[in-house]
Amino acid sequence: METAIDVTLLALLGLTGIALLRVYNLVTAAMLLAIYSLLCASLFTTLDAVDVAFTEAAVGAGVSTVLLLGTLALVGREEKRPLKRQALPLIMVVVTGAALVYGIADIPPFGAPDNPAQQHVAPVYLQESEAATGIPNVVTSVLTSYRGYDTLGEVTVIFTAAVGVLLLLATGRGRGRGPDDG
Amino acid sequence: MDDCPILRVGAKIMIPTILLFGLYVQFHGEYGPGGGFQAGVIVTSAFILYALIYGLDSTRRVIPPFVPRAAAVLGVLIFAGTGLASLLAGGRFLDYDVFAGSPQKGQHWGIFTVELGVFVAVFGVMLGVFYAFVGRGRPQ
Amino acid sequence: MRLLGLYNYWIVVGLMMIGFYTMISRGNLVKKLIGLTVFQTSAMILYISVGKVRGGTAPILLDRADVLYSNPLPSVLILTAIVVGVATLAVGLALVVRIHEAYGTIEEDDIHVQDDAP
Repeated sequence: METAIDVTLLALLGLTGIALLRVYNLVTAAMLLAIYSLLCASLFTTLDAVDVAFTEAAVGAGVSTVLLLGTLALVGREEKRPLKRQALPLIMVVVTGAALVYGIADIPPFGAPDNPAQQHVAPVYLQESEAATGIPNVVTSVLTSYRGYDTLGEVTVIFTAAVGVLLLLATGRGRGRGPDDG
Repeated sequence: MDDCPILRVGAKIMIPTILLFGLYVQFHGEYGPGGGFQAGVIVTSAFILYALIYGLDSTRRVIPPFVPRAAAVLGVLIFAGTGLASLLAGGRFLDYDVFAGSPQKGQHWGIFTVELGVFVAVFGVMLGVFYAFVGRGRPQ
Repeated sequence: MRLLGLYNYWIVVGLMMIGFYTMISRGNLVKKLIGLTVFQTSAMILYISVGKVRGGTAPILLDRADVLYSNPLPSVLILTAIVVGVATLAVGLALVVRIHEAYGTIEEDDIHVQDDAP
């Protein structure tokens, strides 16, 4: 059952990705991206990453769609169709994809409990975190306690990003078309 | 959208529920899925919904633009300040064991404050960015 | 059969290449950012797939001893990556808005034409 849901959701994700590539109306693309995020959130739930699914649903399907639509209201919604097909991007993508496929073929089997990724620090977190922090949600205790430095860094990154956005957009009147309007 | 009573009444029911859910996600994050990152985004989405239905001007009266900016700064300061406090209490940076009598209690308080800092920062960043995009090209 | 079991990873490669192709072949700056988001999300699916244990459950500890949990570490890494991802998307979109104000277009070709004009 789990496998069937996993396979279906991934197939739908692939279809949404192809649809994204083929549409030229940017509002449609923004809506497809919201669907894509929601499918991702469902997939993360079946893959046992409930915290991630939660975040993806709120951020990917909610906030980033609003930001995209807000941008499209300012810059217009139609994408110019390319005049001719370019071969170079396609060659690049095929070569990169072939390299990735070659690498993926050697990856350990999906979902096996004795995969190397499951042997490193995860058992320590699962066995010791509740005694050390008194918190049953391992993701929360690892996020804030074991990897507190990391999370402080991430919070600083989003703070810096907000400063960047405010410097770009919250200054000046935003009407002019010259290079030197503040 | 002044002429759409369904949206206006619907939003009045939705927004308090979303805010309450955001607080639940924040304070229940230690026992179930959730935490500061998710709660910050959920609370922001309540105000984004308010802005979509009632307009940007009335949202700016509810939350003036300086509030999210101050919140973003405050959130990072709460997080980094927790680390500093643990240094001053004799531990290592962001080592919460020293905050209360037992390591477990200390961890509890440390994680609580850090999650609060994340929540405040994410809320401030997301709402500030939303204001910046939607307010572009309009009088401040 | 072993290769079929890697189904998750094949889709990840496909999505990654779709995002990559959108980024390098389209001239519209917003479309490039959408491609970037697809690329980013495919990397997230890769991490979460690695952390999945078959028959496991979400890493929220229960009072029983016989439960198999999935790996919590990829969740932690990707959780923050999603929020950072939307923050960087916001910076990119802000740059697009400013480029539109300066050039009146967000098509790469038109911007190059304007830049090359004396």
